[in-house]
Amino acid sequence: MLNTQPNLARPDDFYEALIDMHRDLDEAQSQSVNAQLILLLANHVGEHETLMQAIRFARAGVSEPESHGATGKLAA
Amino acid sequence: MIDYQTLTFDYARCSEQTPDAPASVRPVVVVGAGPVGLATAIDLARQGVQVVLVDDDCTLSTGSRAICFSKRSLDIFDRLGCGERMVEKGVSWNVGKVFRKNELVYTFNLLPESGHHRPAFINLQQYYVEGFLLERAQELPNLEIRWKNKVTGAEQRGTPGAADAHVALEIETPDGPYTLLARYVVAADGSRSPLRKLLGLDSHGRTFKDRFLIADVKMEADFPTERWFWFDPPFHPNQSVLLHRQPDNVWRIDFQLGWDADPVVEKTPERVIPRVRALLGPDVNFELEWVSIYTFSCLRMDSFRHGNVLFAGDSAHLVSPFGARGANSGFQDGENLAWKLAMVLENHAPDTLLDTYASEREYAADENIRNSTRSTDFITPKSAVSRVFRDAALTLAREHPFARQLVNSGRLSVPAVLRESTLNTPDEDAFSGQMEPGASCADAPVLDAAGNEIWLLAHLGDQFAGLVFSRAGSALDTSTLDTLQALSRAPVPLKFVVMLDGDAAVPAGLPASTVVLRDVQGLAAQRYGAQDGAFYLIRPDQHVCARWRRADAARVENALKRALCVQGTA
Repeated sequence: MLNTQPNLARPDDFYEALIDMHRDLDEAQSQSVNAQLILLLANHVGEHETLMQAIRFARAGVSEPESHGATGKLAA
Repeated sequence: MIDYQTLTFDYARCSEQTPDAPASVRPVVVVGAGPVGLATAIDLARQGVQVVLVDDDCTLSTGSRAICFSKRSLDIFDRLGCGERMVEKGVSWNVGKVFRKNELVYTFNLLPESGHHRPAFINLQQYYVEGFLLERAQELPNLEIRWKNKVTGAEQRGTPGAADAHVALEIETPDGPYTLLARYVVAADGSRSPLRKLLGLDSHGRTFKDRFLIADVKMEADFPTERWFWFDPPFHPNQSVLLHRQPDNVWRIDFQLGWDADPVVEKTPERVIPRVRALLGPDVNFELEWVSIYTFSCLRMDSFRHGNVLFAGDSAHLVSPFGARGANSGFQDGENLAWKLAMVLENHAPDTLLDTYASEREYAADENIRNSTRSTDFITPKSAVSRVFRDAALTLAREHPFARQLVNSGRLSVPAVLRESTLNTPDEDAFSGQMEPGASCADAPVLDAAGNEIWLLAHLGDQFAGLVFSRAGSALDTSTLDTLQALSRAPVPLKFVVMLDGDAAVPAGLPASTVVLRDVQGLAAQRYGAQDGAFYLIRPDQHVCARWRRADAARVENALKRALCVQGTA
């Protein structure tokens, strides 16, 4: 089961380090470190169903705003 | 030495071509004398079926083509009686290496444990495999091969599923046409299957937009006998290259060219030789043995059975070459089909048993296509992001072992575990080990009654078998022996293989045909997860279909009926 409750020991430090990881990289290098990071973390999680959940959540985060885009903007 | 590529075989008139010949229905006609057709025909003939094998040509394979033959295929060849020749001539290998640029990413061993008769793979030119199969086929009196017999028409006749159902094949020969009637037809006529077209059938799937060049070169070289795969090597940038050793100092080099490559130009020696030279360096002398450009598709027919025509091998399903899942899965089709046809023709099983050929092998084909497609997507990424992840996995794999699991240069052929087959009897007892219902049997070194070192698989197959583990001989109490005696006299008799521990005494009262083996290294019990008294029901194609902690005549009989699609339980 994917934990989507707050779980990061140091959330701001992590976020800063994540952005920092990309410093001075071109687009292709950034893509590469992102992909490597995903693979490293996925292996650490290991459990297949948890990974599938994460993939579904991530995908939903891309497709949902598009379908609700117009209404969302109007409502805001 | 026979040059199998130049052999031609004589056309001869057959009995159906004599005027006023009675219209007899042949039990089985196999169409296509390629590797799968030959192996299936041999299997059928060995099981006592009268077989006619027709081929539209009169030669064997030209070019080395399929070269990797898996352990399971070798086990099948052993059962057919030609495994030793294949292995003697072939180049055995277990180890593969994956490189990125010039750097070794990782090494894998496909058979890391000892105690198996056959290696993970042999490499052997397809014309040798066909030649050895043909010579085996020619030894069988009930197997008639008809060269230059081309199928030009096919019609299903009779009541579907009934004993009068049969197929009428129109055959074109140098002497003109004739009609060949067959109760069942095995369509092993290759990826472009004329029979499929004649019956108005289709195959669906994906075609991949990439081109590959095969250059088989003859040379003295000191590469080890391993499968070497390069991603993006300096001698062939941005593409992949595969290197394999074959017998007779022939090496297979497979260059990825990309979709834009011109298949005509790229096949010319002027283009091929510099590519090979770039890999081998300037000092190596070589000559081109065979050159081919290919593209590939992953396709399969919706159903492998259409009336009394059963499709096997490339006619039924097609995969990319990465993983060697083409010919190898075709042999598994053949072993699955042969015993079922024999049982139906002997009236030991209803025609519906043949439906399970289709369902089991369609399941296996899906597994092969899934693996083959994944390999292809890794080798030839279809999008920019797919390429990014592919390269990320390769980068991580140098230092981090987990990423090596993701690197996919071909998931090499292993037999599908037919886990969902309706022929299996689900486990009632708890078991460990991989010999679950639907699995093909593992081999193990054993001693026979005379103390000779032999292999377990040599005693399984061709008929239903009961493999009994009696670790100390103590598991064979009177009631178990009564069970064995009763089952050995059943309409479909069971052959018993009793596996004893090292020096246990042979129990009295075993059925006369029982084979007694000794598990001197304990590997059989270990691989089967077998405790004292464990009983495995093994199909004629060496697949487990049921297992129990202890034999019980009624349960075994029911499982046997289930494996034959026979209605009613004892």
